Amino acid sequence: MTSAVQTATRKALPPPTERYTILGWLQKNLFDGWFNSGLTIVALGLLYALLRPLLNWAVNTARWEVIPANFNLILRGQYTAEQVWRLWLALYLLAFVVGFAWAANTKIIQGELIVLFAVPLLLMLVPFFDGGIRINLLIVEAAGLVGYVVGRVLPQRQSRLGVYALLIYAVVLLFILRGGSGDTGAWAAVPTNLWGGLLLSLLLAVFGIAISFPLGVLLALGRQSKLPAIRMVSVLYIEFIRGVPLISLLFMAQVMLQLFLPDGFPTIDRALRALAAVTLFSAAYTAENVRGGLQSIPRGQYEAADALGLSTFHSMTFIILPQALRAVIPVLVGQFIGLFKDTSLVALVGLFDLLGVARTVLGNPNWLGTHQEVYAFIGLLYWIFSYMMSYTSRRIEARLAVANR
Amino acid sequence: MSEQSNGNHIIVCKDVSKWYGEFQALRDVSLSVKPQEVVVIIGPSGSGKSTFIRCINRLEEHQSGDIIVDGIPLTHDVRNIEQIRSETGMVFQQFNLFPHLTVLENITLAPIHVRKVNKAEAEENAMALLDRVGIPEQALKYPGQLSGGQQQRVAIARSLAMKPKIMLFDEPTSALDPEMIKEVLDVMKELAQSGMTMLVVTHEMGFAKEVADRVVFMDGGEIVEVGTPQHFFENAQHERTKLFLSQIL
Ligand SMILES: Nc1ncnc2c1ncn2[C@@H]1O[C@H](COP(=O)(O)OP(=O)(O)O)[C@@H](O)[C@H]1O
Ligand SMILES: [Mg+2]
Repeated sequence: MTSAVQTATRKALPPPTERYTILGWLQKNLFDGWFNSGLTIVALGLLYALLRPLLNWAVNTARWEVIPANFNLILRGQYTAEQVWRLWLALYLLAFVVGFAWAANTKIIQGELIVLFAVPLLLMLVPFFDGGIRINLLIVEAAGLVGYVVGRVLPQRQSRLGVYALLIYAVVLLFILRGGSGDTGAWAAVPTNLWGGLLLSLLLAVFGIAISFPLGVLLALGRQSKLPAIRMVSVLYIEFIRGVPLISLLFMAQVMLQLFLPDGFPTIDRALRALAAVTLFSAAYTAENVRGGLQSIPRGQYEAADALGLSTFHSMTFIILPQALRAVIPVLVGQFIGLFKDTSLVALVGLFDLLGVARTVLGNPNWLGTHQEVYAFIGLLYWIFSYMMSYTSRRIEARLAVANR
Repeated sequence: MSEQSNGNHIIVCKDVSKWYGEFQALRDVSLSVKPQEVVVIIGPSGSGKSTFIRCINRLEEHQSGDIIVDGIPLTHDVRNIEQIRSETGMVFQQFNLFPHLTVLENITLAPIHVRKVNKAEAEENAMALLDRVGIPEQALKYPGQLSGGQQQRVAIARSLAMKPKIMLFDEPTSALDPEMIKEVLDVMKELAQSGMTMLVVTHEMGFAKEVADRVVFMDGGEIVEVGTPQHFFENAQHERTKLFLSQIL
């Protein structure tokens, strides 16, 4: 009792904060006592010994010219040069939609938003970009800003509008990239076998994720269904897909699918077939991950929803799935990062994704022996996008943590 | 309101039996409840109290006997089940609030999607209910930020938002720290006085004495004895009842 009275009269202190100078930090973490200091010095020595040849190579020996010389190929494969403006148009729209969706979702200015806005400006600093690219990057930046401003004008928070905008964008994007049916003019068709490089890798990953996610959720629900037929189909599908490697699905889609189709059936696009394989593959894993989330929801949640008279559909949409999906965000993002990297397997069935164009570059006699440079650069691109995904997932988790206690 | 042959009872249970696999959890339970009546169910752990009240809103399915709620027979017909559920509120021992939704969203969800009430009206009603259970200032918090007693009061408000005719309580205070029991019981007493039909599984004999019209003692899946609270305190008939009462009083 006495202590309660005391604390009530004492002023509340702010929680202690840890603040160091750089030197203070160094001392506390690296040179705290002779043993610690010794370890630090040994580690630094080892690092130097290991990194010196690498640095030496990167600065003196490496023929980095190979990257600027093949930059277009790496970014977009054989996409028709006269139609490249359409890729820029797609980027303007993307910037606009992202800016809009962001502002529709939250009006708070966060660090990530500033980083996002910095990206086009930073890219303008890349030394070998010409004036045309820089102007286009400026337009991208402007489009993003305009989208953001439009989103902020909305009277209140409307995340749903942002989602709709992204969905519409996905459809418009495909139309812009693919073009009309003619061979000439502004909207000349660019068949998908010309799409390549980073463009193809990202498209395969983004559409693969976006389509396999709802499919996987449905399969997970199907696996729990009370109807034996639905349950069995789901289980069979999931277990079959999980039992075969992706590469075999890709080969099946490329080689065997055509055998099964009747004569005279129009050949399905190769890129589309690869996308189908990647999507169907990913859906089975999504289903299993989502099932894990569903199992983590206590029975009481279902019962409370039932007792309130909610239909199965409402109870799934508003109570069970939101909680189940939140619980598995880290796993799902991990799986999606895996999917993004696995799209490189399409190079083995003759598509020119990032890995595919890398092999093309290396097959060019002018660039013999530049394996390290090309693969290091491709690796860097993969890393950047994978890291972005994992960073985003951690931010989302942190933001949801409050509601999840 | 269509009335069944049993006069003006709002809940009619006749010879209800329920098995879990081979194990019989309810044996020919018959009990009828009049509108505005408050019935308290007591009995040792495992005697079938929860099973019984959970059969009334079909969280458990009984295998034989009849259950008729507000004139609607409980059959496999999904429409009947959904209708009975929307007229019957239930409060659980573990609260079972939706942790990802705010207090206000917990309360308005079912009225909006089941009763098709518009959002503004549902929120207004929810605030009135939060006022009634004494925690209007917690509306925008998440359940995890509330104390147990507050959570249980939110759960009561959530059920009331559906404007039920009957409220079922399954040991609503058993998971609470002692100092929070009273705040929940007070809300329940107020509810009883307002004329709500209530079926309450509880061991709070003070509550039973004060508000119950009838007390039901269950043991081994059967109703052993029914009477007024007075009857139970002064001249319980069966040995099993006396033994049980001597243990909890
Ligand atoms: N889902 C279940 N499966 C099997 N047995 C159960 C289940 N639920 C309850 N029981 C059994 O039924 C009996 C009655 O349980 P319950 O209604 O929860 O009792 P009470 O609420 O009176 O403590 C107990 O013996 C219990 O073990
Ligand atoms: Mg019980």
